[in-house]
Amino acid sequence: MTQIELQRLRIIALETRKRVMNMVFTGKGGHTGGSLSSVDILVALYFHALRFDPAKPDSPGRDRFIMSKGHSAEGLYCVLSRAGFFPDSWLSEYGRFGSRLFGHPTMGVPGVEMPTGALGHGLPVGVGMALADKRDGAGYRTFVLMGDGEQAEGSVWEAAMAGSNYSLDNLVGIVDYNGLQISGKVDDVMRLSPLAERWAAFGWMVVEIDGNDMGQLLAAFDALPARPGSPTLILARTIKGKGVSYIEGQASWHHKVPTKEQYDLALVELDAQIAVCAAEAAV
Amino acid sequence: MSSVGSGCRQAFMRALLDEARKDPSIFVVTTDARGSAALDDFAKALPNQFVEAGIAEQDAVGIGAGLAHSGKRVFVCGPACFHSSRSVEQVRVDAAYADLDLKIVGVSGGVAYGALGATHHSLHDIALYRSIPNISVILPSDAAQAELVARALARRRGPAYVRMGRNPVPDSYAPGAAAFEFGKAERLREGRDCAIVACGEALHYARGAAELLAARGVECRLLDMPTIKPLDEAAILEAASDCGAVVTVEEAYAKGGLGGAAAEFLSERRPTPMLILGFPDEYLPAGSSDELFAHVGLDSSGIARRIEAFLARLGAGRAAP
Repeated sequence: MTQIELQRLRIIALETRKRVMNMVFTGKGGHTGGSLSSVDILVALYFHALRFDPAKPDSPGRDRFIMSKGHSAEGLYCVLSRAGFFPDSWLSEYGRFGSRLFGHPTMGVPGVEMPTGALGHGLPVGVGMALADKRDGAGYRTFVLMGDGEQAEGSVWEAAMAGSNYSLDNLVGIVDYNGLQISGKVDDVMRLSPLAERWAAFGWMVVEIDGNDMGQLLAAFDALPARPGSPTLILARTIKGKGVSYIEGQASWHHKVPTKEQYDLALVELDAQIAVCAAEAAV
Repeated sequence: MSSVGSGCRQAFMRALLDEARKDPSIFVVTTDARGSAALDDFAKALPNQFVEAGIAEQDAVGIGAGLAHSGKRVFVCGPACFHSSRSVEQVRVDAAYADLDLKIVGVSGGVAYGALGATHHSLHDIALYRSIPNISVILPSDAAQAELVARALARRRGPAYVRMGRNPVPDSYAPGAAAFEFGKAERLREGRDCAIVACGEALHYARGAAELLAARGVECRLLDMPTIKPLDEAAILEAASDCGAVVTVEEAYAKGGLGGAAAEFLSERRPTPMLILGFPDEYLPAGSSDELFAHVGLDSSGIARRIEAFLARLGAGRAAP
């Protein structure tokens, strides 16, 4: 991984954040904080780790990705359109009656594998996909991105048990561990600590990284499976609202819509970060 | 016709195993229910097409959806009382909304687990699944029909909920004459005084009632309606117009099941006096399946008695259509 490639992905992530802000602002709705926190994870997946052909979204050998934290749909849509699954023009339909893009991922959108939004569904489905791969010897991998608040769902832990029971080292769970959910701090709502130890106790190989650090994300994805014979859990510590100063770390921005002034300020901040990245890439 | 009959679940699973030997994409997922779902033979014969999820219904349906998404034709099998409810959100979202080829097969349904108590009864499931778009609801009435349902679903794509009982059930069809066509009713008896529409293993009580009534000079048409959703509306309409009175019989709460489906349809298309016979809106005393049917007046004599009272209420002078 060259420094230029790393900066290229960082710039894609920042541009994706601008797109997310635009979708939420013009669509007058969305999950701003969680979309911004998971953008780097999605960019690392779709522009580095995942094997897919956007022209053949159903090709049997593709890697599977399930956005189990379906409320962060805006980030996924922006990444899917940029990856070539559907035209950018679809993004501007968001929030309008009859839009192809719902507030949570749905079937019928190229690149969306499963409808999500009811939390705790993604990992069990991922176990089924990974099990099918093992039974068929197909050779693809399945990635499931979960929220941290979602970890309170019992079905997550049912699937955690099954994933290790079936030795699914072709299955990767990722937790976007930003520490905030709709009501406030995750640990004030339902304590998760010690989350890494809990996953390890369920038989998963846990890799803890800074989930907003592109270099750490790529290194983690390049090293899969983290332990042959076990599913991998990437505990990605992130900042909710990452990239926009007044949104970062604010639970109130879980699904808040920016005003015109706030939207303009976000673009100024993100453009400044893009300029820094571009300058570094040019060095 | 045999009075003893055999179990629907065994017949269904035997046929499913036979179909799965021919089609390696057929997968069974279960929840520690190899015994209760009669899956021992399947698990031994086709281990690569069998997945044990443990006692975890939500996970079982999710895993089944993931398998179906990967091209498998999946049957998630376990006790109806748990599979009909514990995992209903997974069924709604991961199977029906996602439009995957996943069937939920609930065994020991209704009050088959009678004496085990209300935790083990599933009388709410028909109303529950009827309310979800893109999932069909099927209740085989005897073992021979259960086999036909398994074979039909092994070839028919899309989400379905199948509910069967546990115990041997009397045959409703003569040997070799069992019928099942998806979405269609079967007419088992002719009559113009009243039409009885029954589904699932309650059919044999309805058949007994029709025989009792015939002996008293009341001739009832008897329809077997194994597919509750989509309902055979044409057969219901014809029964209503030919007979002028419709009685439904089911092993489910009387509200929201087959009777509800027929009433919703007839009230708009051809308002017809109806008697909806099912289980009352309450929890039941301890008892075997047969004892509970008798307790709520759903055994053959209870059904016959209630139909006579219903027809009497409609008026002795009701003109024959």
